[in-house]
Amino acid sequence: MEAGNGIEAKGLVREFKNGPRAVDGIDLRVEPGEIYGFLGPNGAGKSTTVHMLTTLLPPTAGTATVAGYDIVTDGAAVRDAIGVALQDAALDLLLTGREHMKLQGGLHGLSSEEIATRGDALLQRVGLAEAADRRVGGYSGGMKRRLDLALALIHSPRILFLDEPTTGLDVQSRAALWDEVSGLARRDGVTVFLTTQYLEEADALADRVGIIDRGNLVAEGTPAALKAQIGRPTLEAVPVDTAQKERLETVLAGFGDPLPVSNGSAAVRLADGTEELADVVRRLDSEGIKVADLQLHAPSLDDVFLAKTGRSLEGAGDEEQVEQETGEEAEVTA
Amino acid sequence: MSAAAATPSLRRQAPYLAWRSVIRTVRQPIVIVPPLIFPLFLLAINASGLSAATNIPGFPTDSYLAFALAFPFMQGSIFATNTAGTNVAQDIGSGFFNRLALTPMSGPSLLVGQLTGVLLIGMLQAVAFLAAGLAAGASIQSGVLGALVLFLLSLCICAAFGAIGLFAGLRTGSAEAVQGLFPLMFILLFLSSATLPRDLIASDWYRTVATINPVSYLIEGLRSLIITGWDFQALALGFGVAIAIFVVGIWGSTIALRNRMERT
Repeated sequence: MEAGNGIEAKGLVREFKNGPRAVDGIDLRVEPGEIYGFLGPNGAGKSTTVHMLTTLLPPTAGTATVAGYDIVTDGAAVRDAIGVALQDAALDLLLTGREHMKLQGGLHGLSSEEIATRGDALLQRVGLAEAADRRVGGYSGGMKRRLDLALALIHSPRILFLDEPTTGLDVQSRAALWDEVSGLARRDGVTVFLTTQYLEEADALADRVGIIDRGNLVAEGTPAALKAQIGRPTLEAVPVDTAQKERLETVLAGFGDPLPVSNGSAAVRLADGTEELADVVRRLDSEGIKVADLQLHAPSLDDVFLAKTGRSLEGAGDEEQVEQETGEEAEVTA
Repeated sequence: MSAAAATPSLRRQAPYLAWRSVIRTVRQPIVIVPPLIFPLFLLAINASGLSAATNIPGFPTDSYLAFALAFPFMQGSIFATNTAGTNVAQDIGSGFFNRLALTPMSGPSLLVGQLTGVLLIGMLQAVAFLAAGLAAGASIQSGVLGALVLFLLSLCICAAFGAIGLFAGLRTGSAEAVQGLFPLMFILLFLSSATLPRDLIASDWYRTVATINPVSYLIEGLRSLIITGWDFQALALGFGVAIAIFVVGIWGSTIALRNRMERT
């Protein structure tokens, strides 16, 4: 792997007019050949970070290098080294898949032969060979995403930026894209910077995960290490009789830290791990509390997010989206 | 070889963007048909409804059809503003512009490429309008060579108005805002010497407005080839005004593109 395939950012800031700091001093380092998952809710600053690292948006402060090139002073070299699939698969609905490859390859300076050979190979690889001569307007969401990925790879980039590549895709399309992205890193040594709001995506794909919230990197590490920081499993119980919910919460509180949950259940982060499960069941039995459901959860990245920010990842984005939409959306599209 | 050194040139990039522009154009009949049909429709109305104008003493020709034939060329060019501006605004709105900005694409390549589709429509219009005019009985006083110059001036005017459309599209990023220019362009067209020679316009204010309206000189340049023959002053003014509008449009588009493409 080449040493110049990494990404390094120091104190990266982006401020928008009439808005908050979308990115508020991020430091990160992505090693060559690594899949780095950038996890956070909507409006957390993921896309703004990607726009800065891909040279679409100049940072307000801080520095970053991508593939060894400074994103501010050597933008053209950065763009030549990277492939990018932005959040919305922006395609020309009037062109076919193959015509997109031709345009993208031509703008990157590939010869007609290179465009034809590489374009066909990539279309085959993402499963669009048969649809290559159909207009993109008739493609499904998954096909558009796959074409977007193929376009990002036409000039053999060393680093690939994928901004929420599976948002809105069905399970099958998502799994196919995961396989392809994983293969790019493992087989071809491509460094992948992947933003996502899906915990399972970061968990399944990323070698390391950075969790961003309100423009700040709140945690970073391998998924396993981050979950290990939280350490303890959670236990969630649903009482048969909802009138017993308060008593259930009181009993569970004796075994660890209560957790906020909805839907009529009670939950606790077990103080001494899974060994306490039997004690919890015995205690519930002795108290005469009948439970309809009892679940033991291993720590997840959502638990990590909760521990670091005090909020659950799901739904955390809604409030931030409202806060940031005006400033961010107006300028990012610029 | 550094990545920057490998950046493809304008000569290599512009044809790809031009090719895309042409493909987009031919695949959208709605972009081609109205600029062909509406001007011919208005020509038919003007030629039949205003034919009595040829009885005005000093009217430069006895065929109002020949006099009015320049009108559809101008009207068609106004559609170029709409087409060029709407295309680029749609690219901005859809995010396709960001896709282009992430390639080593140069700004001039984009501008040249976007105008190619407009010029294609301009070419089709010129052929259609001239053919319709000749079929209806008009003749070209400047002959075959004059017809070629008529095509050339028509394309220059299309490029000029296309550049204004590009500027509007890049500046606003809104197809609706670009389309808002259309009525304004039509007002300019009707406040020109499109329907009467300037020296025969009786109303002072109308004649003054027509005299300072650059569209008058474009129309008069086109018309001179049809009804007069070789009027080099009218041609110089026509080409001069078209080039001036083009330069202003491209200059504005370049600045708007630089601001729009905030990339480092």
